[in-house]
Amino acid sequence: MANPSSSVPATPVLKDELDIVIPTIRNLDFLEQWRPFFQPYHLIIIQDGDPTKTINVPEGFDYELYNRNDINRILGPKASCISFKDSACRCFGYMVSKKKYIYTIDDDCFVAKDPSGKEINALQQHIKNLLSPSSPYFFNTLYDPYREGTDFVRGYPFSLRGGAPTAVSHGLWLNIPDYDAPTQLVKPLERNTRYVDAVLTIPKGTLFPMCGMNLAFNRELIGPAMYFGLMGDGQPIGRYDDMWAGWCTKVICDHLGLGVKTGLPYIWHSKASNPFVNLRKEYKGIFWQEELIPFFQSVSLPKDCTSVQQCYIEISKQVKAKLGKVDDYFNKLADAMVTWIEAWDELNPSSSATVHNGAAK
Amino acid sequence: MSRATIKDNEVDIVIGALRSDLTSFLNGWRSVFSQFHLIIVKDPDLKEELKIPDGFNLTVYTKTDIDQIVGSTALSFSGYSCRYFGFLVSKRKYIISIDDDCFPAKDNKGIFVDAMAQHIENLTTPATPFFFNTLYDPYREGADFVRGYPFSLRNGVDCALSCGLWLNLADLDAPTQALKPGLRNNHYVDAVLTVPRTTLMPVSGINIAFDREALGPALFPALKLAGEGKVRWETMEDIWCGMCVKVVCDHLGLGVKSGIPYVWRKDRGNAVESLKKEWEGVKLMEEIVPFFQSLSLSRTAATAEECVVEMATTVKQHLGTAHPVFGRAADSMVEWVRVWKAVGSKSS
Repeated sequence: MANPSSSVPATPVLKDELDIVIPTIRNLDFLEQWRPFFQPYHLIIIQDGDPTKTINVPEGFDYELYNRNDINRILGPKASCISFKDSACRCFGYMVSKKKYIYTIDDDCFVAKDPSGKEINALQQHIKNLLSPSSPYFFNTLYDPYREGTDFVRGYPFSLRGGAPTAVSHGLWLNIPDYDAPTQLVKPLERNTRYVDAVLTIPKGTLFPMCGMNLAFNRELIGPAMYFGLMGDGQPIGRYDDMWAGWCTKVICDHLGLGVKTGLPYIWHSKASNPFVNLRKEYKGIFWQEELIPFFQSVSLPKDCTSVQQCYIEISKQVKAKLGKVDDYFNKLADAMVTWIEAWDELNPSSSATVHNGAAK
Repeated sequence: MSRATIKDNEVDIVIGALRSDLTSFLNGWRSVFSQFHLIIVKDPDLKEELKIPDGFNLTVYTKTDIDQIVGSTALSFSGYSCRYFGFLVSKRKYIISIDDDCFPAKDNKGIFVDAMAQHIENLTTPATPFFFNTLYDPYREGADFVRGYPFSLRNGVDCALSCGLWLNLADLDAPTQALKPGLRNNHYVDAVLTVPRTTLMPVSGINIAFDREALGPALFPALKLAGEGKVRWETMEDIWCGMCVKVVCDHLGLGVKSGIPYVWRKDRGNAVESLKKEWEGVKLMEEIVPFFQSLSLSRTAATAEECVVEMATTVKQHLGTAHPVFGRAADSMVEWVRVWKAVGSKSS
């Protein structure tokens, strides 16, 4: 059980404004270790796999749980866009949440310790990241200038020091690193032991591989872009759900003038998944990503796409037009992207008219 | 991942001496410097004789040498710009240059950092400018490319510039340091990463290393503030140079890394005093950044030299009209390339 340390805030920040979304197929005992940090918050649990199984949630947590039957009931035919037998189903949790912020974490992720031995309140760091601006337009060599003990360096233009609103906070992992299957096979024993004490903004125009294991975002700013795609049962690919969401999200953030941060906080990733199973899931993705990256690098969104939904629909059209020929999967994915937005707007009616005030590029 | 092993005789350490007594500086770095050849360039404005301790393999250049070797020129090598003369006369492949008020730093474990070794490591392992790796430099021990990183991009590109950082007195501008006089950088971030392509950054000249063969004359003494002084707060020459060199690297497909190694930078100068002088530089940055963000070089610029000449023309056309300091910078860039070709274009 985690020791309540001084990193547990007396009044949890954003207690009523943040939901923690957790996909699972097993019990949620891992929450015991997170209790001092998570208990004040509302959990949304997405139960994947067999809906007749009972998921054990430790006592004292406030949560809502959705299994496949619930997803089908709530979305009807639109449930087709939500993956089955893959943690990608978690994005259903983003859709049903009514909160401004989301934190999502995998059920094999535990509390990590910083180099001084102190337990890391990952959620609190994500909140700090989200509540302070990003700096996507010019690289600050001292990393996040809004952190305590640092600032903008000489040469950083003052007109850019206000930064951009932060939409995404991408955390990292100690112990088992998030490697792909080939790398896991070559380096089965490699562990990430390096604690890099930095948060930084991923510059505008630069893509990155977004991992969904330890991720937070401002749902009001970017929520509809966080669709985790068609993975798992009946699909030709797996382990690219978060990647897909990350590329779409970054393109839209760049277009709308929003920031994406990466770095702290670390969590402790305890379980290495089977590399042979992973290889089978990722196999097509490894080839497809060679087409996907140039595609996303060249996506251009028109100026009149001023909401996330508009941007996302536009990307789906370009996916169909340009990636449909790579594999028919992308035609289905493009359709699912549209379905996702329709479902999102249905479940979140007030946000469908949201127009982001940030300057579109 | 294979690493090129480079010999010490492929490296020159260039020190611009803005203060005459280099005893404590060189002694502080002795264990790390003594295996390398040093080029020490004395600030032409410095009147006193240089004091240099024994036991180093070094060549010292003074105003006389500069005048003799460069000949008649409008270029100024005064102040921090004196180091560029060192870049010019070096015949080695790699150059490492640090300010003379910097000392070895300690890492998080309290062990002294061999900044030279880390710069060399940065320069001899690939950079990854086309896609961001969330575990930072994938070529470091104990790290790799993460899931989702395209395989075709995993060979990376040559790293041509390594930008180190500073503990204690960080390279903040005068207004920031004046506002936060007690702010010192105690934050050792154990990472080096590639600054992505098209992303611009302020390249500080305090602690850098570069591939002289690849970048050639792309680091130059060009932008002189009217009130340029002998503390970094009163200069912008390295920032200007750094913007140019990043554009050149992006254009030529070379990488730029930022992060470790750290050096420990001594407290010096007075930020409030420097405010008056640096304000000019702060204002200029507002024009400089948008200009460089929209700058693109033609396909025909295939070498660093050609890039610099082309940039100089564009600077003169677009920035020179707004502010004479840019016009002079453009002229200096062209003149620098001429001097470079005449003096420094060969490596032994």
